[in-house]
Amino acid sequence: MNLMRIAAIPLRQLYLYRGSVARFVPLFAWVTIDMVLWGFMTRFLGSLSHTSYRFVPALLGAVLFWDFMTRVMQGVTTAFFEDVWSRNFLNVFATPITMPEYITGLLVTSVGTSLIGLAVMIVVASAAFGLHFAAYGAMLLPFILVLFLYGMALGVAAIAIVLRFGPAAEWFIWPIPALLAPFACVYYPQATLPVFMQWIARLLPPSYVFEGMRAVVSGHAFNGAYLAAAFILVIAYMVLAYWIFASVFRHAVRTGLIARYSAETAS
Amino acid sequence: MPVLRVENLRKHYGSVEAVRGISFHVCPGEIVGLLGVNGAGKTTTISMILGVLEPTAGSIHINSVDLLRRRSRALSATNFAAVYAPLPGNLTVYQNLRIFALLYGVRNFPDRLESVLDTFNLHRFRNTKCGLLSSGEQTRVGLAKAVLNCPRLLLLDEPTASIDPASAREIRATLRSFAERTQTGVLWTSHNMYEVEEVCSRVLFISQGEIILTGDPRALPAQYGKSTLEELFISVAREPLDLGALQS
Repeated sequence: MNLMRIAAIPLRQLYLYRGSVARFVPLFAWVTIDMVLWGFMTRFLGSLSHTSYRFVPALLGAVLFWDFMTRVMQGVTTAFFEDVWSRNFLNVFATPITMPEYITGLLVTSVGTSLIGLAVMIVVASAAFGLHFAAYGAMLLPFILVLFLYGMALGVAAIAIVLRFGPAAEWFIWPIPALLAPFACVYYPQATLPVFMQWIARLLPPSYVFEGMRAVVSGHAFNGAYLAAAFILVIAYMVLAYWIFASVFRHAVRTGLIARYSAETAS
Repeated sequence: MPVLRVENLRKHYGSVEAVRGISFHVCPGEIVGLLGVNGAGKTTTISMILGVLEPTAGSIHINSVDLLRRRSRALSATNFAAVYAPLPGNLTVYQNLRIFALLYGVRNFPDRLESVLDTFNLHRFRNTKCGLLSSGEQTRVGLAKAVLNCPRLLLLDEPTASIDPASAREIRATLRSFAERTQTGVLWTSHNMYEVEEVCSRVLFISQGEIILTGDPRALPAQYGKSTLEELFISVAREPLDLGALQS
């Protein structure tokens, strides 16, 4: 791995963010709106309920974590889309950069952009709605790590789809978090779902995180085996996503798709 | 030792043979013209040399490094400019060159930047977004990128296609002097036969994926009973398989 070549990818994003309000503002605007909307929703639900259920850490915290995962995924895909939008594939892939270096560059970019979103969400959720991260105890970091890695895996798989099916496939990518959310049990316990959906939920690492979050804030012990399962699954997804991208990239080089990407097909 | 050695290179797309077992080389400091009608296989050949298209068979050695086995190392000695691959228009000239300097592992970037800006007369556009430049200026930025890493092999796919004759002459002179000074081998495609005669020491005529004619562009027309290279090009394009008749 060559650090100079890896650095070129986040540097390009930095130049773009620095020179474009339209790119920079969305890093924190939508997550801020989400925090405000769900903050008031949480308050309202709390006022209706006579139980001691802690809506702020259970619901607002879940929204915050889910948004963070979404930002991680979009950090990878948006950096890749910049090459799609500017028709830059030929220039980039004719350089000595290797595929692992390119992916690493996208991941580093995503770390930067998603941390900006996370920081803003933390400030809004804690200052305006009293979300305290101490509620999650020692599980906070493993929860964030699982979601972070899963967001990266989703991002890499998503760019493989766009590389394979062309620029128009971008529209398959944006709704991915919304499609996964019902199965990931962000807002409700897994037991709420019908049995077949519960089986799908068990295949998604975030469902373990959100089950764990609700258990911890309710004062119950969190089963360590669940966390281990989440980590095993997320590593499997990362390996799978990398394998998919590598296969698609090889196909693109074999068929000439990279050189004729705007045609969306090599045939 | 050639900077580019291509041996028995083939590319099939299903049952279509785009490139049919071509072999050639480019020596240090030499400018070789790759000529042929549209669809002859020139860009397919260049794409394979750039590592963005996998050959069906054959080998490509750049600076004695096997491109198919050691892609990254081989490509670090290469660069290219093509009219169909402009640099991102949403970045400035400086930003684009900075990024490609990192991608090509250019270590002394400030010095190289000044040098290429000088060479292609781009100082006043340093902080201008590439998308705001005229097509001729964008071509010069693409060429600045192409020489940024002092490549051993430079691939130029119709480098002067979108620029006026005066600027084109200047660019040809600049590139000839660059190739001579740095002993960079250049593979140059063009449909402008006047340009080819001016810059290339050797040409390869490619037709239907095969090299059918090779030689000095100034001597070839007479050898085949034609008065100009353009006439020869047109004859070869019309009757690619009848070179014997052409010569008689």
